[in-house]
Amino acid sequence: MFDSFKKTEVYKSVFRHSYQDTQRNRALQVVDNVFLHLHPVRIARHAADVSYTWGMGGISFLLFLILTITGIILMFYYRPTAQYAYEDMKYLMNDVAFGPLIRNMHRWAAHAMVLTVMLHMFRVFLTGSYKPPRQFNWVVGVILLLFTLLLSFSGYLLPWDQLSIWAVTVGTNMARATPLLGHEGPFGPQLGMRPDNDVRFVLLGGTEVGPPTLLRFYVGHCIFLPVIATIFMIVHFWRIRKDGGISGPDMNKKAA
Amino acid sequence: MSNFLAIITKPDNIPITLLLVGVVFFSWLALSKGKRNDVRGTPIEATKDDKIQVWPYLVRVEFLATILVLAIMVIWSVSLNAPLEAMANKSLTPNPSKAPWYFLGLQELLVYFDPWIAGVVLPTIILIGLMAIPYIDINEKGNGYYTFKDRKFAILTFSFGFLVLWVSLIAVGTFLRGPGWNFFWPWEKWDPHYVAVLTNADLSEYFGIPTHLPDASVNPVASIFGAVCVIGYYTIIPIYWLKKRNTDILKKLGLLRYSIVAFLFVTMIGVVIKIILRQTPLLFGLNPIKYVWVTPWFNV
Repeated sequence: MFDSFKKTEVYKSVFRHSYQDTQRNRALQVVDNVFLHLHPVRIARHAADVSYTWGMGGISFLLFLILTITGIILMFYYRPTAQYAYEDMKYLMNDVAFGPLIRNMHRWAAHAMVLTVMLHMFRVFLTGSYKPPRQFNWVVGVILLLFTLLLSFSGYLLPWDQLSIWAVTVGTNMARATPLLGHEGPFGPQLGMRPDNDVRFVLLGGTEVGPPTLLRFYVGHCIFLPVIATIFMIVHFWRIRKDGGISGPDMNKKAA
Repeated sequence: MSNFLAIITKPDNIPITLLLVGVVFFSWLALSKGKRNDVRGTPIEATKDDKIQVWPYLVRVEFLATILVLAIMVIWSVSLNAPLEAMANKSLTPNPSKAPWYFLGLQELLVYFDPWIAGVVLPTIILIGLMAIPYIDINEKGNGYYTFKDRKFAILTFSFGFLVLWVSLIAVGTFLRGPGWNFFWPWEKWDPHYVAVLTNADLSEYFGIPTHLPDASVNPVASIFGAVCVIGYYTIIPIYWLKKRNTDILKKLGLLRYSIVAFLFVTMIGVVIKIILRQTPLLFGLNPIKYVWVTPWFNV
């Protein structure tokens, strides 16, 4: 029955080759699959060794996917206004089916992602993987680290509880001391910076953390930052391939 | 003790504990792998350069890792609720008010620096410094394998910045700072009324130069003294290093690269020096040093 189904045009149009365990099929599994074709067909043995790579980069990406999915679900229940935000959180935590699970996972995955990104960077440094030809990909990685932190920080405000508003107040208070651009920073006042026109005002949409800040951080958190981060991620993954895959000691020999 | 236990078991602080355990474990792993490679001569990674097929050998690792991570995330999310405190209230400031955990190292630096340095300049230097690493580290060795011998300076410097400054300052900021951002040992009880009586001094005052004139304006002599200290620190050490070590480091790196390396390195050490300048006088019953360089516009 299944065999005859496999001969139909529908089946063949979806699965282009059989599953026999041959070298050719193993290669086709990767090349013919849109999700797997990011990989090369073959890699060096040590590149699949978890004790070499720690798997932290891949886990960071997985956590980003988890965060995207849980984040989109959360968006159904959350309104980014000072009037409703906190009530929506209460509703989510008490009345929505699986609401706490989704929110908890979003929170913990965000923390975990900051952690795994740091550890990924630590591994890349310790194996000297930023050395030629991967210099630029390290720079992209630093930008992604920054965006990971910004994403986490902007999400921190959204529950609109005491914890979030004061953590963000502490964090954004730094901006008022920005040299030249903050009203308390070096040479800021001399350049005409006031609480209502400096860089912090732009960030918060006001002179203190308030409803406009919530909307600003929401849009930044859900659209602006993830889109930019995704673009840098695309570059990051593409460059891994183009720079010869996971780093290894034989790189220079091969290039020469 | 109860305050410490409460803060260490806070669900939001679990990542810091994981970070502490993680960096210790991974540092040990990398060091032992590096040592093994250094003893062997040829790195073990070089002997594993035969090709394997991604399907199934890499895909199965990724698949297992995915299942493991998803399982951990589900267990973590089922067992611990994300915090949700009382509704935001601008008129009720919690004490202490803390930034998210990954910024607590920077918040901790506020004890030692004015906000424009701790909150803006240093983070910028950290990011630009990180991005500069591939272009200033021209050591060809140590590319793609664990080692310590081949790149001692790079590994020691990075590990110092990451483990000692970044991670441990986060731990101090999270676990040991209580009301008023005062320092409390784990076994001490947080006293919200505790006021550390500190009479700050500036470095110039230790040399008998008052920072302020009688009319409360900044003493220009103190300003010049501070400028000499800071600018001197940034120029003399890199030049002294060149002269004393008499190495061919300048020839290898070139003036621009050497200047950048020296600037970043001296800045990192400068953070440590400022911490020491502030903390050590307290041990001898002297006034802690607040500023090295005071000007009418900014203080360092």
